[in-house]
Amino acid sequence: MTEQHRFGNTVNPITCHAWNKDRTQIAISPNNQEVQIYQRSGLDWKLLDTLNQHDLRVMGIDWAPNTNRIDSKWKPTLVLLRINRAATCVKWSPDENKFAVGSGARLISVCYFESENDWWVSKHIKKPIRSTVTSLDWHPNNVLLAAGSTDFKVRIFSAYIKDIEKTPEPTPWGTKMPLGQLMAEFVNSNAGGGWVHNVSFSPDGNKVCWVSHDSSINLADATKGNAVCKLRTEFLPFLSCTWITNRSIVAAGHSCIPIIYEINENSQLFFVAKLDTSKRKKPRVCLP
Amino acid sequence: MSATLKPYLTAVRHTLTAAMCLDNFSSQVVERHNKPEVEVRSSKELVLTPVVISRNEKEKVLIETSVNSVRISISVKQADEIEKILCKKFMRFMMMRAENFIVLRRKPIEGYDISFLITNFHTEQMYKHKLVDFVIHFMEEIDKEISEMKLAVNARARIVSEEVINRRKIQIVQLLNDPELPQLKTGKIAL
Repeated sequence: MTEQHRFGNTVNPITCHAWNKDRTQIAISPNNQEVQIYQRSGLDWKLLDTLNQHDLRVMGIDWAPNTNRIDSKWKPTLVLLRINRAATCVKWSPDENKFAVGSGARLISVCYFESENDWWVSKHIKKPIRSTVTSLDWHPNNVLLAAGSTDFKVRIFSAYIKDIEKTPEPTPWGTKMPLGQLMAEFVNSNAGGGWVHNVSFSPDGNKVCWVSHDSSINLADATKGNAVCKLRTEFLPFLSCTWITNRSIVAAGHSCIPIIYEINENSQLFFVAKLDTSKRKKPRVCLP
Repeated sequence: MSATLKPYLTAVRHTLTAAMCLDNFSSQVVERHNKPEVEVRSSKELVLTPVVISRNEKEKVLIETSVNSVRISISVKQADEIEKILCKKFMRFMMMRAENFIVLRRKPIEGYDISFLITNFHTEQMYKHKLVDFVIHFMEEIDKEISEMKLAVNARARIVSEEVINRRKIQIVQLLNDPELPQLKTGKIAL
């Protein structure tokens, strides 16, 4: 069942959005430097607050579900990113004690709070990223980080910060995890090509899924020796993918329709159904 | 519509639909810049392989795609000198008013008559399928427009020449009725 919501009188495209924990509030950016926060009241949405401390347009928002922190802060707190190109994406870690920012400067900043100075400091993951980082996702263990970039590769890094965390448990992706350790690297296509648009860890953390510009949806399984399954589709390229269970994925993109994919026992992807079957033309869909 | 025009336009339409999957993408080289990568070519991995669709030797479309922009260059049929001049003048007229057309490029790519540059900002403001329709409609209309103009030029030339000949005829008749005709015969007045 699809619900349609309308926020204010905006006619701008919504470039990014993030829900709070119980979905009574939403933060959206109407393709400019503002972030608007709406509160649900019955069927309507009321504008609660506007954050306009940014000076360029907002590329990513993420709402930490439990501690109520939005990345593009409610109470502006200083974040030292130390990057000199556009930041493209941001993700809170599952424990909400750090977040990662991908950028056009070919690096990922892993940020954590330093209470003595009352600001967020960052550590960089640089090698071997060769191009803009387009998407990030955290492993449920709060340490591993998946990154997709426009150099056609998906990489799994360790983002372990020794000052604030205890040593992580071994995972199928590897056992030793110093900061910036490359745990795995997947080439999107042997023939080359296909910018990675989004990456996502499965809820159990053993599988990673990514969608790319060659209209494919891909799956890598760490428990099966990092075997990659690639499914080329007849649709236009997907922009985002999200796991809904350990076996199924929703992907959506330029075709303006969300589609469900499932995984069988041999870690092979297959098409299940289109979700929104109305006939109307719609602008492209961006999943949370 | 002729037999080859329809598949040609269908191929262009499908290629454009696939090519116009554009994203917002900030420059990797210069801080706070956001330029169409197909123009600045800062990194070769951000530009896709260009596609040429041609109907015959003269009519073809070049589609170059990058992560945040697509450039479409069209070469129009020019059978003779008049069509060449008409095409050049017409394209010049439009490109001088490029800002009114929004997606038009001010200069064509070498070897082509007219170029469009569509960026992610255009696809955010306008419907993608309407943009594709616009380009296809433009390609359909431009041939028609030029052959109509050619007909108009020819018809006008015919009227002008007839008019000149008629004037001459009247002059000759007036001269023949002139009492000074003997002078004409002796060659003192030239026609």
